[in-house]
Amino acid sequence: MKLDAKIPSGPLAQKWDRHRFEMKLINPANKRKFDVIVVGTGLAGASAAATLAELGYNVKAFCYQDSPRRAHSIAAQGGINAAKNYQNDGDSIYRLFYDTIKGGDFRAREANVYRLAQVSVNIIDQCVAQGVPFAREYGGLLANRSFGGAQVSRTFYARGQTGQQLLLGAYQALCRQIGLGTVKMFPRAEMLDLVLVNGHAKGIVARDLVTGEISAHAADAVVLATGGYGNVFYLSTNAKGCNVTATWRAYKRGAAFANPCYTQIHPTCIPVSGDHQSKLTLMSESLRNDGRVWVPKKKADNRPPGQIPEEDRDYYLERKYPSFGNLAPRDISSRAAKEVCDEGRGVGPGGRGVYLDFADAIGRIGEGAVRERYGNLFDMYEKITGENAYQRPMRIYPAVHYTMGGLWVDYNMMSTVPGLFVLGEANFSDHGANRLGASALMQGLADGYFVLPYTIGHYFASEKQPKARPDQPEFKKVIAEMETLTKKLLAVNGRRTVNSFHKELGGWLWEKCGMARNESGLKELLQKIPALREEFWKNVKVSGENGELNQNLEHAGRVADFLEFAELLVLDALERRESCGGHFRTEFQTEDGEAKRDDEHFAYVAAWEYAGAGRPPVLNKEPLDYEEVHMSTRSYK
Amino acid sequence: MNLTLKVWRQKDARSQGRLETYQAANVLADMSFLEMLDVVNEELIAKGGEPIAFDSDCREGICGTCSMMINGIAHGGLRGTTVCQLHMRHFHDGDTIVIEPWRARAFPVIKDLVTDRGAFDRIIQAGGFVSVNTGGTPDANALPVGKTEADRAMDAAACIGCGACVAACKNASAMLFVSAKVSHLASLPQGRAERERRVLNMVRVMDESGFGNCTVTGSCEAVCPKEISLDFIAQMNREYGQAILKNSGPRQSKGGD
Repeated sequence: MKLDAKIPSGPLAQKWDRHRFEMKLINPANKRKFDVIVVGTGLAGASAAATLAELGYNVKAFCYQDSPRRAHSIAAQGGINAAKNYQNDGDSIYRLFYDTIKGGDFRAREANVYRLAQVSVNIIDQCVAQGVPFAREYGGLLANRSFGGAQVSRTFYARGQTGQQLLLGAYQALCRQIGLGTVKMFPRAEMLDLVLVNGHAKGIVARDLVTGEISAHAADAVVLATGGYGNVFYLSTNAKGCNVTATWRAYKRGAAFANPCYTQIHPTCIPVSGDHQSKLTLMSESLRNDGRVWVPKKKADNRPPGQIPEEDRDYYLERKYPSFGNLAPRDISSRAAKEVCDEGRGVGPGGRGVYLDFADAIGRIGEGAVRERYGNLFDMYEKITGENAYQRPMRIYPAVHYTMGGLWVDYNMMSTVPGLFVLGEANFSDHGANRLGASALMQGLADGYFVLPYTIGHYFASEKQPKARPDQPEFKKVIAEMETLTKKLLAVNGRRTVNSFHKELGGWLWEKCGMARNESGLKELLQKIPALREEFWKNVKVSGENGELNQNLEHAGRVADFLEFAELLVLDALERRESCGGHFRTEFQTEDGEAKRDDEHFAYVAAWEYAGAGRPPVLNKEPLDYEEVHMSTRSYK
Repeated sequence: MNLTLKVWRQKDARSQGRLETYQAANVLADMSFLEMLDVVNEELIAKGGEPIAFDSDCREGICGTCSMMINGIAHGGLRGTTVCQLHMRHFHDGDTIVIEPWRARAFPVIKDLVTDRGAFDRIIQAGGFVSVNTGGTPDANALPVGKTEADRAMDAAACIGCGACVAACKNASAMLFVSAKVSHLASLPQGRAERERRVLNMVRVMDESGFGNCTVTGSCEAVCPKEISLDFIAQMNREYGQAILKNSGPRQSKGGD
């Protein structure tokens, strides 16, 4: 496989402008001759579908939820970054670019990240024009706050519901196009596979989740905006339905999967309360603006937090990273929390928790001001834990939150399968080995509003491919395969539930391939996962039948893919013999326990190529050539 | 704690439904209501039965997917809370809990507790947006918006589209949902250019979808997980009245738009 990132030549700051000029165009009257399938309606998918339709393309959009408004982008709380420099505090496109590259531990592609920072400013303009109710100052101008990994205030927010409001903006733009008849929407529909004709992505096979009907949809290009794979860990902050199926099936059809081991563990989540736990809930990182993170200095100090005097507390983030303090990046904060809990200084049930304390902030600005900023988060915390965080510190612990890895794409967002574009969390491109807070929303909307709409036209204008029809043999073959697979899942009729497999797989990954990884643990997983997969196909029990709404069957299909994907994730983690960002190998650390990167041997994107069932995947490397930035040791001290 | 559940089971839209009884044993206070149902479902599957179908996704109270009547109250009666955020510490050992789907003609049952809320999407498609294309928009700070106005817009925009308002209303009215979007966009200068056609078109589709009208009982506000205020219905009525008086009903395009 040849990886060509197609990065335009010229100085970094001029690449995108030059590329936009050099790309071929499709004239307005001809755009209506092209059909585009968009899978997923989160920020990336909804913004892409709406924008493509506005330009004149015919769009078919798919989501597994009952409405496109419910995609999991909706759960993002804290905010969206943009290099507006409205606060006059020294921000710039270059600084946002640099912070993102550094935050990603120098494992992202320079040109993509620079473009992301460039278009970030357009996103805010676009969203305001759509009526997104961002927070404002009394003077009527937009308010900003600071976020992890940055020393400027560049985060725009809408209370604690920024993701929701941005998604509703994109959803409303999408609805407008649905109303105009330019987008045909398929809610409660799950993509099961990708269909290629002459090596080009020409459509999908999808299952109607209400009737069970498996059908083919043809187009001139396919866009995947299907989110991340965090649910491979079973417990994560992702929605219950989030899955790897679309990207995994695309991988098996020839799209390279890049850096699957880069998973983000978010430091501020509500700790697990018991075996029944079905998902984890994030408490926005913005809380770390005013909350102070600490644990008792002594092991097993069981006093209530209020009775532990200052001198017996360890504000470990402030101690270890004085210049960033409680706003240290996510990977670093998470690892620090794990470390103090491993030392036996954790708090709460099972000792897996640290305090996030607002007493100082309440003393400084008053409870009312704290409520104004974070009221909904405190309410949510109380609903889940039954504790009042105005009176006693929150207990938090890291949880799987986001996946930086994803399908490999070039500068045009196209995967290694021509005509298959991948946007948002589903691709790998912008966050390197660690994503900074408030950057996921930025990336999803950048890809969908401002990148894909240009690059997809260039693909159409350059590749004159014949139209595909859903009754072609290529489509019929995939439909038959999917029908067989569905029947096979229902026919096993074993003794273990789907959920029990998912939970077991997730628990192992969290233990051996979570915040800290090492060779022996990863090798152990590579033995155990295939065995679990084998057991799944012999002993799973899936209830009901295909021709109806069958949530158990949906879950079974997703877990079957997780059981395959997990092996690739672990393999990637094993091959990357360095620590960087969210990937921490215990063998590779500095004396004071910080990640030790190895730029000499690992400054590349690992793009895995499917080699067929039962064969080991092939590792392709895209070297990361930094023209602008000097790779340095990341320090937040 | 041990609970008795009476759950609405319905095979599909065409079949007759009925309440069936299940025992939920060893329920913990820290479980969410949906996690309690997960445990019941795991047992049902293990025994070869059909799990109870219910909608949920984010399970943190923001996506608006989860939807069920608990003892006759949409989302279960804890103020400002979706059912996914309702925890079992609010129930007692020995309780009998009746669980039903949203009941409204405009939200037909698909299976068990799952309903079709597509009518909400169709209402938004009729006008719940600002007609701007991507690109070419002015700088975000070019047009100041007073904090009070922006806050009011945000109060309305917080609606998660779950449909509890409809389920709670004796008329199955969608006025709280529709008014939240109308008020959100009418409160901001960006949304004012098309405020009249927006409210007229949205109300028309709302009526066509089979939702009833508002008789201001306030049951919607009481169950709304985002505590959307009844005031917005008043605002929508005013918007609608103005639009009618100005006689600027849905304009037929004569081309050239």
